[in-house]
Amino acid sequence: MNNAKINRIKDKVFKYTGIIASISGIVILSIFIGFVIYMGVQRLSWDFIVQLPSRFAEESGIYTAWMGTVWIMVFTTFISFPLGVGAGIYLEEYGDKNRWSSFLEINIANLASVPSIIYGLLGLGVFVRMMQMGNSILAGSLTLSLLILPIIIVSTREAIKAVPSSIRDASNALGASKWQTIWHQILPASFGGILTGVILALSRAIGETAPLIVVGALVYVPFAPQNPLDEFTVLPVQIYNWVSRPQEEFVINAAAAIIVLLGITFIMNGIAVYLRNKWQSKLEW
Amino acid sequence: MDSETTSKQPKTSNVETTSEMNPDNRSLKLQAKNVDVFYDDFQAIKKISLDIVEKSITAFIGPSGCGKSTFLRLFNRMNDNIDGFHMNGNILIDNKNIYDESIKVEELRKKVGMVFQKPNPFPKSIYENVAYGLRIQGVKDEEFIENRVIESLKQATLYSEIENNLEKQALSLSGGQQQRLCIARALAVKPSVLLMDEPTSALDPISSGKIEDLIHELKKEFTIVIVTHNMQQAARVSDNTAFLYMGNLIEYGDTQKIFTNPEKDRTQNYITGRFG
Repeated sequence: MNNAKINRIKDKVFKYTGIIASISGIVILSIFIGFVIYMGVQRLSWDFIVQLPSRFAEESGIYTAWMGTVWIMVFTTFISFPLGVGAGIYLEEYGDKNRWSSFLEINIANLASVPSIIYGLLGLGVFVRMMQMGNSILAGSLTLSLLILPIIIVSTREAIKAVPSSIRDASNALGASKWQTIWHQILPASFGGILTGVILALSRAIGETAPLIVVGALVYVPFAPQNPLDEFTVLPVQIYNWVSRPQEEFVINAAAAIIVLLGITFIMNGIAVYLRNKWQSKLEW
Repeated sequence: MDSETTSKQPKTSNVETTSEMNPDNRSLKLQAKNVDVFYDDFQAIKKISLDIVEKSITAFIGPSGCGKSTFLRLFNRMNDNIDGFHMNGNILIDNKNIYDESIKVEELRKKVGMVFQKPNPFPKSIYENVAYGLRIQGVKDEEFIENRVIESLKQATLYSEIENNLEKQALSLSGGQQQRLCIARALAVKPSVLLMDEPTSALDPISSGKIEDLIHELKKEFTIVIVTHNMQQAARVSDNTAFLYMGNLIEYGDTQKIFTNPEKDRTQNYITGRFG
């Protein structure tokens, strides 16, 4: 056997290994989703969405849970978006490139990979107890904001870095101040990337369970929250609550709630992909 | 040196030459005085002094890495943001030291426009590209802006080609049109100096020709400094030429003289293509 033949065989082996790897991932995921849909779809109805939770599985709905999720997500967005994007702009545009900034950079990257339960404990210690917010929507949103801030900061910086320096030069050479260049050129050009990062971070936040359980979302909440200091529960916590019940009917409820949660996440990711494509095709250098 | 090589230099038809060199009635516009530039430990410019009179075209030539772009960018302080940049000596515009602490760099750049190597229009409409300089100065009068946009586009000889399409995306223009748009954008803030960093190196010969004609037109109003790799271009468009080599100013003087009868061997070798 000569070399060319061996290379061709290696080529084939590698190709089929790749195919098997991707197929196994897709298959397992489809089996999982298929199973959830099979179990849960019978329970999905308008009533399920607008009913309050109950001791009886058949009368139980996810109204308080998805209302809690909406409240949490709105507050998380308003807290994390300005802080994360602002920090990203500062680090990329204003921060001096010295030891301190590279120290900061490494730590932000590390924060992105800290387990979410740790953020939950931090939230419990700082927001719930020290600042006495209790297990409120505000405490939950602040905790989730901390969790996704590193992701938003990193993706903001990446998006800003991707703006060609020729645009910056052109603006500077016309006598624009630093802020004018950022506001009129850098941000519009990098907004698609920033938005994509923010939405992906938010769709991570929407599925987080552990940190919210720690700050106290795992309680029986009979009413939808009315203001940011109300107690709350969210979809993933409701699902967790239901699957841990012994009765079969509650597991079916959980499956139905998972379908709703997956739907919301897919829609958010879809929006992120759409925005990215839209802005990318608009900006070609 | 042998006269054969010098006779190969293109005869410049559209350039008035020696008679315009340093006429007494024109004042000094740009002055460099004993300028050293360092990037960290590397010395990019070595003790260069040079004077440029107003409403003239000066070409900086020299091999890649000789410091000509660095030198050009001193005049609008575009090197300021580069890590490790520091300098000695003075750069004067209209007899004022532009590196003085009292000088606001944004104000300076309104007086000293710049055109870059690669056309770099903003991803906006043609109109908004030209209007940008005025908008960031806080001009609100839309009629004033519109007049200035049209005036600048005409001055950059682009208007007739895009007259009815001012709202068109600037990036959809051809490379040559984009570069003239960038020139129009620089002109719109009414600078008195125009710095051009290899403005035609990314363009085809016909587009380059148009830009050269334009540069020649603009000389009536602006002091122009152009960096170029193209010897013929330097010979065609400039009144004076400075030859830089490894951070040193080797020779500076009347273009006609530099290209036909340079004083230094190194200049002779470079312009005849023996090195660089």
